[in-house]
Amino acid sequence: METESSDKERDHAGLKGGFCEEIVRRSGDDFRRCYQCQSCGSGCPVSEAMKYRPNGVIRLVQLGFGREALESPDIWLCMGCNTCSTECPMAIDIAAVMSALRETAIEEGVRIAEPGILNFHQEVLNSIERYGRTHKLEIMMRHKLRQLDLFSDIDIGLKLLSRRKLDLRPSKILNISEVQKLFSGSTGEIT
Amino acid sequence: MNKAAAVQISYFPGCSLATTAKENNQSLIEVCKYMGYRLAELKDWNCCGSSSAHGIKPELGFNLACRNLSLAPEGIPLLVACPSCILHLKQAQSRLKRDEAATKDYERCWGRPVDLNLKILHFFELMDGIDCLPNTTLNGLKFAPYYGCMLARPPELRHEKNYHGLMEKLLSCYGASSIRWSYSSRCCGTFLSAAKPEVAGPMVNRIVQNAVDSGAECIVTACAMCHLNIEIRCTLKRVVPIFHFSELLSIAFKTGTNKDWFARHLIDPAPLLKSKGLTV
Ligand code: SF4
Ligand code: SF4
Repeated sequence: METESSDKERDHAGLKGGFCEEIVRRSGDDFRRCYQCQSCGSGCPVSEAMKYRPNGVIRLVQLGFGREALESPDIWLCMGCNTCSTECPMAIDIAAVMSALRETAIEEGVRIAEPGILNFHQEVLNSIERYGRTHKLEIMMRHKLRQLDLFSDIDIGLKLLSRRKLDLRPSKILNISEVQKLFSGSTGEIT
Repeated sequence: MNKAAAVQISYFPGCSLATTAKENNQSLIEVCKYMGYRLAELKDWNCCGSSSAHGIKPELGFNLACRNLSLAPEGIPLLVACPSCILHLKQAQSRLKRDEAATKDYERCWGRPVDLNLKILHFFELMDGIDCLPNTTLNGLKFAPYYGCMLARPPELRHEKNYHGLMEKLLSCYGASSIRWSYSSRCCGTFLSAAKPEVAGPMVNRIVQNAVDSGAECIVTACAMCHLNIEIRCTLKRVVPIFHFSELLSIAFKTGTNKDWFARHLIDPAPLLKSKGLTV
């Protein structure tokens, strides 16, 4: 890890002011109190698939390595399961820090390390915007289509259909405009 | 057990229980009814935002949760079936309590005052206080109590009551026996099961393998997502059925109705139930 560069170089170019301060503000949690005990990294169920692990991501942000944090696969692999914050001796809301990083990564237009996961989330949001609820069958079909991966999991899909676990038609709420107005009020376009 | 006058409770099933996990939904409603609670589904509820809204657009997630809170009739406790929905709803309420500007926006948006004292209940909270009259209905069924990440909470909710051990306590009271194992609180992979199966698959296999190695005849969960993920992603040769907590409670309580929901499981529980003499 490069430690000689100046604060300015380390801070992500697109963000005004300090990168770390910005993520503290967005996440609503001052994770600068993290002292790298690594409990979060040891307990995180996906840390094996991560590049830096949650404690590493926090360290990157503390040191202002914005691009490394925003372009890491770790922020997308994080499931928000809160296992880490349950372990954290400093009661840091690590899942909220990860959310703040994902939101920032989208806004800044950096390279997304796990585009498939982002696409999945977007399909879920599209479904909520359309129906007010999630329609699992449509989410999966659109997601698979976007990934050009039409055939994996077909067996699972058929099993679910035969057990009536996937509804063919979405359940739509009556007052959908109330939900849609929340989407138009939120920043950024979901495509 | 309270079988006197029915107590009215509002009910938020959430998207999973309304669709993929109908067996969870039916058994939960049945158990509640048996215990003397009348559930009234929250009118026109919407998705709580799920991991996706809270994961990439937290503000939208907050607002989606708020709309649901605004639909809850005042003074009537709200039962939330999904462990992930309940966190989102409780976190939204907790923010409304401390953030005056957010409360003002809420009231402007939904045209009604916030009920900051609305009781948001998990199914465990309903079960916690019941008088258990020990019996042997569950015939020594050996189960691995699986909580996944449902009892892990963000720091702002960390002072709330913890329900670890509740499934062991109750099901043991009705004659089942819990095994000790290592993966009781290991997350099931949530949305990675759909978005990144190559990561979620091994996670699920490790959970089931450990349950089998520890001598469990079945896994018991209280989360519809855990249930589904284990059933669809486990590729082990030797698997054990997975039950929803309320499914076993409905057997334990002898609620007496036709439990046709067992046919909806992907890992068929019928042979195990039969071998244990648990006719349903
Ligand atoms: S558990 Fe908390 S204090 Fe320890 S490394 Fe992780 S975030 Fe830092
Ligand atoms: S919330 Fe994210 S970082 Fe924390 S344990 Fe879960 S997956 Fe790992």
